[in-house]
Amino acid sequence: MLRYFLNRAISLMISLCLASVIIFTIVEIAPGDPASFMLGINAQEDTIAALRAELGLDQDKLSRYFSWISGMVQGDFGTSYTYRSPISNMIADRIWVSLPLALYALVISTLIAFPAGIYAATQRGKAGDVAVMGATQFGIAIPNFWFAMILVVIFALKLRWFSAGGFVEWENGIFQSIKSLTLPAIALALPQASILSRVMRSALIETLSEDYIRTARAKGFGKRAVIWRHALRNALIPVLTIIGLQFSFLLAGAIIIEQVFFLPGLGRLVFQAITQRDLIVVESVVMLLVFAVITVNFIVDIAYAIVDPRLRRRV
Amino acid sequence: MFQPTKFIAAGALAIFASTGIGLSAQSDITVAMQLEPPHLDPTSAAAGAIDSVLYSNVFEGLTRFASDGSVTAGLAESWDISGDGTVYTFKLRSGVKFHDGTSMDANDVKFSLDRAKAEDSTNAQKALFSGITDVSVVDNSTVKISLDKPNGSFLFNLAWGDAVIVAPESIEGIKNNPVGTGAFTFQNWVQGDRIELSRNSDYWGDKPALENVTFKFISDPTAAFAAVMAQDVDVFTSFPAPENLPQFEADPRFQVLEGSTEGETILSTNNKMPPLDNVKVRKAIAHAIDRQAIIDGAMFGYGTPIGTHFAPHNPDYVDLTGNSNYDPELSKKLLAEAGFSEGFTTTLKLPPPSYARRGGEIIASQLRAVGIETEISNLEWAQWLEQVFRGKDYGLTIVSHTEPMDIGIYARPDYYFQYDNPEFQSLMTELNGTTEPGKRSSMLQKAQRMISNDYVNGYLFELAYTTVANAKVRGLWKNAPTQATDLTGVSWAD
Repeated sequence: MLRYFLNRAISLMISLCLASVIIFTIVEIAPGDPASFMLGINAQEDTIAALRAELGLDQDKLSRYFSWISGMVQGDFGTSYTYRSPISNMIADRIWVSLPLALYALVISTLIAFPAGIYAATQRGKAGDVAVMGATQFGIAIPNFWFAMILVVIFALKLRWFSAGGFVEWENGIFQSIKSLTLPAIALALPQASILSRVMRSALIETLSEDYIRTARAKGFGKRAVIWRHALRNALIPVLTIIGLQFSFLLAGAIIIEQVFFLPGLGRLVFQAITQRDLIVVESVVMLLVFAVITVNFIVDIAYAIVDPRLRRRV
Repeated sequence: MFQPTKFIAAGALAIFASTGIGLSAQSDITVAMQLEPPHLDPTSAAAGAIDSVLYSNVFEGLTRFASDGSVTAGLAESWDISGDGTVYTFKLRSGVKFHDGTSMDANDVKFSLDRAKAEDSTNAQKALFSGITDVSVVDNSTVKISLDKPNGSFLFNLAWGDAVIVAPESIEGIKNNPVGTGAFTFQNWVQGDRIELSRNSDYWGDKPALENVTFKFISDPTAAFAAVMAQDVDVFTSFPAPENLPQFEADPRFQVLEGSTEGETILSTNNKMPPLDNVKVRKAIAHAIDRQAIIDGAMFGYGTPIGTHFAPHNPDYVDLTGNSNYDPELSKKLLAEAGFSEGFTTTLKLPPPSYARRGGEIIASQLRAVGIETEISNLEWAQWLEQVFRGKDYGLTIVSHTEPMDIGIYARPDYYFQYDNPEFQSLMTELNGTTEPGKRSSMLQKAQRMISNDYVNGYLFELAYTTVANAKVRGLWKNAPTQATDLTGVSWAD
């Protein structure tokens, strides 16, 4: 188990190093100077030069890369060019929107997908299965920003159960905050739930045809007991993989949903930073998201090993 | 940031508080706009969003723009101009205090202007201050400003948001904690979401009717529509989805204010790039354009046609749209005379705003009708600044020039139009040296004719300023003579 763990940890480090180089290079190559963007079309050359010096943009790229990396290792993400405040504070503020949103969506998606997938698998080929599969096909096909707008029209404009967007801070009441994240979480969760229930269904169908299931049935276990005790646990590996992928996707992929519901989350921060050429914010947030994705994958790898003891030996 | 203890107590409080929301007196307002300020220092960035929140509300200058665009007294209550027009002596209002309690006096004025024109200044409009040779403190409430030569628009220049008065005591933290002299004090900024201001009880002038002001930032047009419809916001300035305005007009809950801006939207032309360096070709382009079709198609009918680079609401404006009326036959004839009977191909580089992206498609098809092919490319602002504005690597582009009274840019041969006309340049020098209103007026009119006759750019329309608001809100600015959301005179009807 320790060797497996170390192996995974080393590949995690290598991925992070590579990612940092790639992110820095791509963002720095992209055209557009932050200083001239900030000063607009009437700015004089000497003013732009003064601002570039103030922002440290006049230093060479290599030393900027290393100061970025060394700062980040110590938890200092640098200072935003446009906002002029520490990026770590900005991320800390935004993460309390994006992280709960992603978790909320994940919970919704799992709560829908597990029963739907299990039901469809047990009803394989029957009307119930067809209905669930049809619904998930629909769920995958609908773009989530469009679904988000429809939710707003129905629940905010017509029924007035929710406000059309915005986020109520946690300090102002946990229920209000959760309420303000509900429509965005549903919009985010729908396609994920559809994918997840399909995976759940096919994984379960596959395990249900295994020999040991037949053995268990032959031993006299009821259908339900076999599913709960034997089949589900073995079907979980592909499902866990998808949940891991989905969590990273939900965290990084909420950009459009955050725009539609004007939520002050990480996605909106990146979006604004890109248009304002706030390079250091883009680099740091993207790096953080990459870190989250890689770490989640790492955790999923470790979780496999816990679910399936054979993987611990097979490195 | 997240603080668990505060959080539980606040949670309990909020449940009680939330029941009382409907009962609070109407002295609070939520104003939404598309763009969030990058930071809160109007003296070191070009971002109009900074002024949209802070101009006149939090920061004030020696002079200021009124809602009709005229320049009136601000922190200076009066001024004397020396006979040769090079020395301005400002008498400051007494008893003006910054929000941190320090008093605003002549030293603050000197500090602010010296800072703006300093060598290492990061003021986006540094040129406004370039003629200042000296700022001297006569006494606590008197400042003398000397200029290198007379400047007829000096009082106008001082009214810009980039020329507001700041204090040395609070300059350090200005980007996140702006301290000004205005009728509202800055309270809180939740980045990515909102900025909160509250009434300044020590304000030197008339106290505003509003108690608390929240500026909210909603960039997506669909979200903007939903937020207004659900009445999550009371006012949306520069509403981004003109196609939805008729719906608000028809709804008694809302009012739609249609005003004008200082934004001349033009088909900017690279006057040095062949064949656009030929005035006949530029004239042909001008006659190939159907302005009304662009206003209707790209702006859903909101916008005023212009024939030169000047705001139609200005008293000195000359209507020169007839100079470039829509006449594709004439356009083809002119192209043939210029030796391009087969037409030609040029680039059309479009920045992100919808007037450019939608307008660009329409212009491309209008130009194609007379034989001019355009290669359209869509650019982000930062790319546009680099390629088009600074690099001058373009044939045509569409952009709205939102700076007030900016016809002077045509006197800069290195400006991205690359229009180099010594006659125009000397006219502008003469204008700067003239303070007599009548003479200035006729010079400005001459300047408008000159650029119109040279077909420097394709003059399309003046950008409209549309505000959607709750029908009970009074006192909003209809026009936008500068980028500002002046709330000092805003109130709720009962």
